[in-house]
Amino acid sequence: MFYSSIGKPIIRKDGIEKINGSIKYVNDYTYSGVLYAAIKTSVLSHGKIKSIDTRKASQLSGVRAILTGEDYPILQGCYLKDKPPLAVDKVRYYGEPVAAVVADTFEEAAAAAEEIKIEYEPLPLVKNARDASNKGAPLLHENLGKYSYKDTIQPEKNSNIANHTKIRKGNIVSGFENSDVIIEASLSIPSGDHAAMEPRTTIAEIRSDGQVVIHTSTQTPFLVRKLLSTYFKIPVKRITIIAPPLGGGFGGKAGIQLEALAYLLSRAVGGRPVKIANTREADLLMSAGRNGMEATIRLGSTLEGRLQAAELMYYFDCGAYADYVVKISRAAAIACTGPYHIPNVWCDSLCVYTNKPYGTAYRGYGHTELTFAVERGMDILAKKLGMDPLRLRLINAIEAGDTTPCLNTMEDNDGNLRRCLERAADLINWQDGGVKWVDEYTIRASGISALWKATIISLNTGDNALVSVDEDGSVNLHCGVMELGQGTKTALAQIAAEVLRISTDNVKVFMPVNTDTSPYDWATVGSRSLFMAGKAVIEAAEDALNQLLDRASNLFKLPKEALDYGGGRVFVKAKPDIYIDFIKLAGGEGLEGNIISRNQIIGRGNYKMQHKYEIDPETGEGRATIWTLGAEAVEVEVNIEDFSFKVLRAACVMDVGKVINPELARGQVVGSMAMALGMATTESFNFNKGLQVLNGSLRSYKVLRLGEEPEYLVEFIETPQVDGPYGARGLGEQAAIGIPAAVANALSTALGTELNRLPLVPEALWRSKYPMEEANAIGITEGIALKLK
Amino acid sequence: MIMYHEIAEISLRVNGENRRLWVRAADTLLAVLRNHMGLTGGKAACENGDCGACTVLLEDRPVKACLILAVEVEGMDILTIEGLKQTEIQRAFLENGGFQCGYCTPGFILNAYALLKAHPEADDETDKEWLQSNICRCTGYEGIKRSLKAARKMMAEGSE
Ligand code: FES
Ligand code: FES
Repeated sequence: MFYSSIGKPIIRKDGIEKINGSIKYVNDYTYSGVLYAAIKTSVLSHGKIKSIDTRKASQLSGVRAILTGEDYPILQGCYLKDKPPLAVDKVRYYGEPVAAVVADTFEEAAAAAEEIKIEYEPLPLVKNARDASNKGAPLLHENLGKYSYKDTIQPEKNSNIANHTKIRKGNIVSGFENSDVIIEASLSIPSGDHAAMEPRTTIAEIRSDGQVVIHTSTQTPFLVRKLLSTYFKIPVKRITIIAPPLGGGFGGKAGIQLEALAYLLSRAVGGRPVKIANTREADLLMSAGRNGMEATIRLGSTLEGRLQAAELMYYFDCGAYADYVVKISRAAAIACTGPYHIPNVWCDSLCVYTNKPYGTAYRGYGHTELTFAVERGMDILAKKLGMDPLRLRLINAIEAGDTTPCLNTMEDNDGNLRRCLERAADLINWQDGGVKWVDEYTIRASGISALWKATIISLNTGDNALVSVDEDGSVNLHCGVMELGQGTKTALAQIAAEVLRISTDNVKVFMPVNTDTSPYDWATVGSRSLFMAGKAVIEAAEDALNQLLDRASNLFKLPKEALDYGGGRVFVKAKPDIYIDFIKLAGGEGLEGNIISRNQIIGRGNYKMQHKYEIDPETGEGRATIWTLGAEAVEVEVNIEDFSFKVLRAACVMDVGKVINPELARGQVVGSMAMALGMATTESFNFNKGLQVLNGSLRSYKVLRLGEEPEYLVEFIETPQVDGPYGARGLGEQAAIGIPAAVANALSTALGTELNRLPLVPEALWRSKYPMEEANAIGITEGIALKLK
Repeated sequence: MIMYHEIAEISLRVNGENRRLWVRAADTLLAVLRNHMGLTGGKAACENGDCGACTVLLEDRPVKACLILAVEVEGMDILTIEGLKQTEIQRAFLENGGFQCGYCTPGFILNAYALLKAHPEADDETDKEWLQSNICRCTGYEGIKRSLKAARKMMAEGSE
């Protein structure tokens, strides 16, 4: 098929504004009469609030209101309502908001917050998810049994378990009995943060006619509207959410962030606009980050390397509040084995509370974690079998006819995993699991990981689009998708241009979303926007096209079948020199007679999610949604003197169905890989004994910097998704999934150890060579010296 | 916390225009650019000198506007992204995937612009040294490095 827009790099619609620095994010708008908020956060990770003294603070200059949890003790949460906007009775993590001040300036608000005195009584700390899930562990949420929740999750009352998802496939006992080789491993990934460059910001006001107007940095404006409406019993029509483009989201701006608190603060000052602009520190600690995870896995295979059984125990550490992690742990269960055909599977995936900053949606949505566990397991198994790790993966790669853990049968159009694996290995010159010496102290090794991701979307979600034709024949594309940086709006414009056979230049898109005027969009999350909104845009553009053709058919007195279109005009098939321009059809220029009405042509389109994924609570049986398959491989170079290392090359090969815009697709993939490299090698919160975060700024929370990135090698395989727009599938976050596993596999191969804990800092590498006691006894310098001898 | 309430009068040259402003002693250059002058291209992404999103050129040298007080730059020349028009580096960012969300972009472009002027033929190490002061969370830096190369090429061809 020949496409004119699809598959072409196009200058981004938001490009000019971005290179000129004129694009406006929430915090860049001037807002008259705005008051500023400062938030007093908890210094303890678990403690009873004995008293809050606001007397002195309230007398300071400029202070308009002070709010504490007592003032509005509601509970919020997308799936499990467990989180008050301000702590009530107790605090559960370091950085939790306890009180908020509204003042004329931010400086005055901050000065007053400083003067709020809070007395705490420390409570026992719940430090890690594994211990937290045990009976008798101190509880974070004593009332868990009374909280309200969606019926797709299963909290266990009188415990710290916010959700428990079970997968039971085949017979696990006989699966292991039939295995010749069994391996077991324990793994962990610490919690961290999205660290999007734009800190979350919200401005809320209640106008004199009662309209609640909120400007906010959100990926989900329509969901924010719905949740606020439920929490505060405000009719939907009384809430307007305005969401300008985001300075990065990565999942961290989904659901309610600062919006509920900002609304309450505006209420406290008679509806005047109040701005909460997170400082970087607040954004890292107070607001939601990335969950941690611990795992224990067992894999069994035959001597030939055919996987027979997998027993998987996943403990997702959501921190103090469950947020999206109850769903993340569930998504990880649905995809628990990675893309391998395993006949017997037993998986328990828990979402567990601990006294850490809370997690939320994050690129990969739990898949990076499970992939780390399974793919480390695959390498350990390969070693035990004496087999090339790539071969082991090729033997077990899932293919059409195989079943997933939820007993869905994979289909031909789900993609070609073997090709992804082979190409990824080729791209980095796969070394058969061996090491190569560069010089006396430097070695190179490679590591690989397969990946898959289910686009987990609730049933009955949908997307809508409008395409209106202007008097100059150009079109406006209206949709509720958020621009987070991923460029979806540009890709959608390309899709509309393709349908109408006009230049993408003649398609206008609007970056900000306004819930009053934008067509409804479920949420810009889970890499599903292009899939769902893309379908809606096709329908809307086709609708507009049909109306244009109708008008032309009236004019020419010919049936529509006799007409064709292209280049902004409709022409007669048999005599292409008889034509009429879209401009005229759209009513922009006068025509003789009154055949053409001046009514604007407006095309409508929508798409309702067809794929469902309800699963049985006891066995996990059900139907998951669209799978994206892929593989990633890296080559590392390790200095065995000091254990410093560099990822030289990182390859990603994914079956994305169809590439709509190669430039944008590559950008998304490379960005995801970079973020995952950070997760693999540097990014984690470090805690002291009191579970206070020690690295709560961008100086100490280390993200990847320029020059630290590898050479990125990206390839796409295009097995069309039958029902995707032009065959496309999501790809925004998939490329994050296999990187930590591939890096850990490469480093483990290089050093001949098993590196099962992230992040892989040089010290961790060194410690893997020297068991804890030995390492502590000799100290780091001596250890290196010893190694040198 | 002690609050100073004195207001100081300062004069600056911003993007070629002379400006007279009344600022608090504690106001950072970034706050004054954004809040007093409406030049919101530079962002407050950490206000701690860690990310470079607030980068502006002070007397042609890249500085982090969040770490400088407005009263310190009395009489000096400042260039913000709003003052940069149709430069090679901007075009290069546009054509080479130099940005995604765009939040780090003004800072990166200004830093790169100064780098290109100071080192028209710099090597990878110099580039790295200059640009490591800025964080981009979206691009993985690939597009940014490609943009820098493209801008160098454009400039070399332009000056031939
Ligand atoms: S805001 Fe100035 S360096 Fe980050
Ligand atoms: S483009 Fe988003 S942070 Fe650089």
